Amino acid sequence: MVRFLIQPPCLRRWFSDMDGTLVGANGQTPGRDAISLAAIGVSKCFGELQALDDVSMQVDAGSFHCLLGENGAGKSTLVKCLVGYYRPDQGNFLIDGREYEVRNPRDAQHLGIGMVYQHFTLAPGLTVAENLLLARGDLPFVLDWKREKTGLSEFMAQMPFRLELGAQVADLAAGEKQKLEILKQLYLRRRLLILDEPTSVLTPAEADEVLGMLHGMTRAGQLTVLMITHKFREVTAYGDVVTVLRRGRPAGTGRVNSTSVEQMAEMMVGTHIHVAVERSQGRAPDAEPGPVRLQIEALQAENDRGTPAIRQFALQVRAGEMVGVAGVSGNGQKELIEVLLGQRAAISGNILVDGEPYQATRVQMRQHGVYSLPEEPLKNACVPGMSVAENMALRNFDLPPVSLGWETGWHVRPAQLNRRARELVEMFGVRPADPSLPIASLSGGNVQRAVLARELAQPVRLLIVANPVFGLDFAATETIHRRLAEARNGGAAILLVSEDLDELLELSDRILVMSEGVIVYEVTADSAERAVIGRYMAGHETHDKELVC
Amino acid sequence: MSDASGGIAVGSLLLALLGGAMRVSTPFLFVSLGECITEKSGRINLGLEGTLVFGAMSGYGVAYLTGSPWLGILAAGGSGLLLGVMHGLLCSLPRVNDIAVGIAMMLFGTGLAFFLGKPLIQPVAPTLPSLVLGGWSSNTQIQEALRINVLLPIGIVLAFALRWAFVHTRWGLALRLVGDNAAAARALGYPVIPVRIAATAVGGFLAGIGGAFLSLYYPGSWNEGLSSGQGLMAVALVIFARWDPVRCALAALLFGAAGALGPALQSQGMTSGYYLFNAAPYVLTLILMSMSWSSGRSLAGAPGELSLVNR
Ligand SMILES: Nc1ncnc2c1ncn2[C@@H]1O[C@H](COP(=O)(O)OP(=O)(O)OP(=O)(O)O)[C@@H](O)[C@H]1O
Ligand SMILES: [Mg+2]
Repeated sequence: MVRFLIQPPCLRRWFSDMDGTLVGANGQTPGRDAISLAAIGVSKCFGELQALDDVSMQVDAGSFHCLLGENGAGKSTLVKCLVGYYRPDQGNFLIDGREYEVRNPRDAQHLGIGMVYQHFTLAPGLTVAENLLLARGDLPFVLDWKREKTGLSEFMAQMPFRLELGAQVADLAAGEKQKLEILKQLYLRRRLLILDEPTSVLTPAEADEVLGMLHGMTRAGQLTVLMITHKFREVTAYGDVVTVLRRGRPAGTGRVNSTSVEQMAEMMVGTHIHVAVERSQGRAPDAEPGPVRLQIEALQAENDRGTPAIRQFALQVRAGEMVGVAGVSGNGQKELIEVLLGQRAAISGNILVDGEPYQATRVQMRQHGVYSLPEEPLKNACVPGMSVAENMALRNFDLPPVSLGWETGWHVRPAQLNRRARELVEMFGVRPADPSLPIASLSGGNVQRAVLARELAQPVRLLIVANPVFGLDFAATETIHRRLAEARNGGAAILLVSEDLDELLELSDRILVMSEGVIVYEVTADSAERAVIGRYMAGHETHDKELVC
Repeated sequence: MSDASGGIAVGSLLLALLGGAMRVSTPFLFVSLGECITEKSGRINLGLEGTLVFGAMSGYGVAYLTGSPWLGILAAGGSGLLLGVMHGLLCSLPRVNDIAVGIAMMLFGTGLAFFLGKPLIQPVAPTLPSLVLGGWSSNTQIQEALRINVLLPIGIVLAFALRWAFVHTRWGLALRLVGDNAAAARALGYPVIPVRIAATAVGGFLAGIGGAFLSLYYPGSWNEGLSSGQGLMAVALVIFARWDPVRCALAALLFGAAGALGPALQSQGMTSGYYLFNAAPYVLTLILMSMSWSSGRSLAGAPGELSLVNR
């Protein structure tokens, strides 16, 4: 909280001191105050699937309310009903004790309810300023850009983080986009802000910055926050009240300071469970790292805009070793993964797998056992319109036993394909457990599980993984981490690119830090220090720029 | 080989090219501006070729019946608008692909125009007036080259107006938002489908006018061979112009010049081989398209919702 006491005067209007009294710049209190919200008996079906079943909850005005639940529990669906993005089949919402019908997001906006979605809702082809104005909605027919720009600059000056108004959104890093989403809502002076996993693309420091500011606003009585998250740390640090959903039904609610993390976790999964993940993932101490599996030499590649994204990049991963690549998103990680998976052509440099040049062809992948979990798996590793079963067979649909026939197989056997998919769905806990659904209808976490199931079912020798637990609940995170460690212990080489430093520290044998397309630091897991890695991740000037005020 | 001393006078060739460019480019200009609006909303309307032909027919018919070429223009725009609405509505049905609908609409538009236009091949409709800008010169060639049609300046002004409107008006911003990220537009409460239908309708209106130019100014009659694929080439042109209306206008002039190359050479006395140059616009289309797409990079400036963009 201390950080808000050193804001310039202009900022104070937005915040209060610790007692919750307002310290308005010229003694005025803001005109609009936080609102309360109640959901009563909300139900929603998607076809056969009951995503929400008679859910009621109460969010007090000025509170910081956290919503927890496993992947696919219905959290996003609930809040989308609330803001009018979906129509609930049953139930209604009370705002400040009065019933309102919210037919579409516009209605919610008029009531002062704003939402930051799990997926970005920015128009990448438009500028920061245009995105902000469009969100405001009450635009005159002809815009007075001069006046609007002044207004926007004044607003930006009051915020703890700033973005360039004229910048095109496509050029922003993921973390900056997330900040813009939140700025957008603050610009609209919301009284109730709903956040769907707002911190998944932020570094821990950025997350604290954003949540700390919102927390300050709830203390000032200006804002009510309803936040969906998978991170217990954020719940305990910022939340007042927590509500848990389980498979579409409310599983409990309580004040954060009187609910332990174990209790929350128990409510989420419905059984007693150990949250403290044992650090059993480490390699057996006597195991020697094997031969070099993946070698990258002097790799250069460009991003979509044609500017250099990876420069003179080099690394080695040995068999039985997990190498973690840390870094703030937008420093070339995405391009690196794309080059390794054959989605992007390198400008120069070599990629060797088992000492042989590697071009990521299907034959080479099979020959060397190279498998992967790219980020945004729905886009990068799935055919969204195909069923879960078909997606799970993308690696082996043309091989026995899934298909039969001359040499490689030209006749796919659906029975085999479905049987295999059902096994994997069972083994990896993909939900809903119906492999015939189109994969695009699964929640984000379940898509991730389905893809990981497919990849790990293969004879993996080299695994390339990007943000494997992005948006996953703690139980799924646990499972996936265990499976990665098992694969490594079984002799696979693993390259783990992640924005989550905790994950890297927990799993990797060696950590590299990537900044502006090069490796700037390397350290073994034993001697790794968070603070040092954090400093290298932040680079030199990039971070300072964002921490204005 | 009129000139025994050999060669073709470069000056008069350029003049002929300029005049031809301004004539030939007008339909390109209108169709591409229309397509630009439609594509900004996130949809492609390949049916504009059909709209163009249908606009040419209906414009000619109405001009003939009423005696006013301006009413003809209006009728052409109106019928284009209807075809646009039809495309827009069809594409709004679930699981319908805009490119497939566009191809169907192209065949529908041309087919219907040929069918309804049969009785219009003989009669002569009044043509659009032209502006004589070359009155200061006594050179008939200059006079001829600078005799421009009224639609050309209207189109150029429209191009600048559109560029301005995309940035400075509420409708412009909303249109770009819908074309850039439909989910975001929906989340902000903008009506995605109505905006797209409206954009396709306006696009059809402009394409219809482009068609009326063919039948009411140059060549200035109705027949089934009137269009030579301008409607389709305009789609390529919009991509080349990176969805900027003013660049659309420049590209239209370039295409116009390419289209005028063959006739200009012919008018300069070249008697053989000039028809090779008639292929210039098509060759130009191919060259520009292969230049626009460089592998591995997304198309800068492309509306994110277009089915040809993968972002
Ligand atoms: N548009 C849709 N069509 C069909 N099914 C859907 C749709 N949206 C969500 N579902 C299903 O509803 C269930 C709840 O999804 P929801 O997105 O609310 O989960 P969530 O709790 O937000 O999960 P996560 O933590 O993974 O984001 C899931 O089983 C999902 O597959
Ligand atoms: Mg969700």
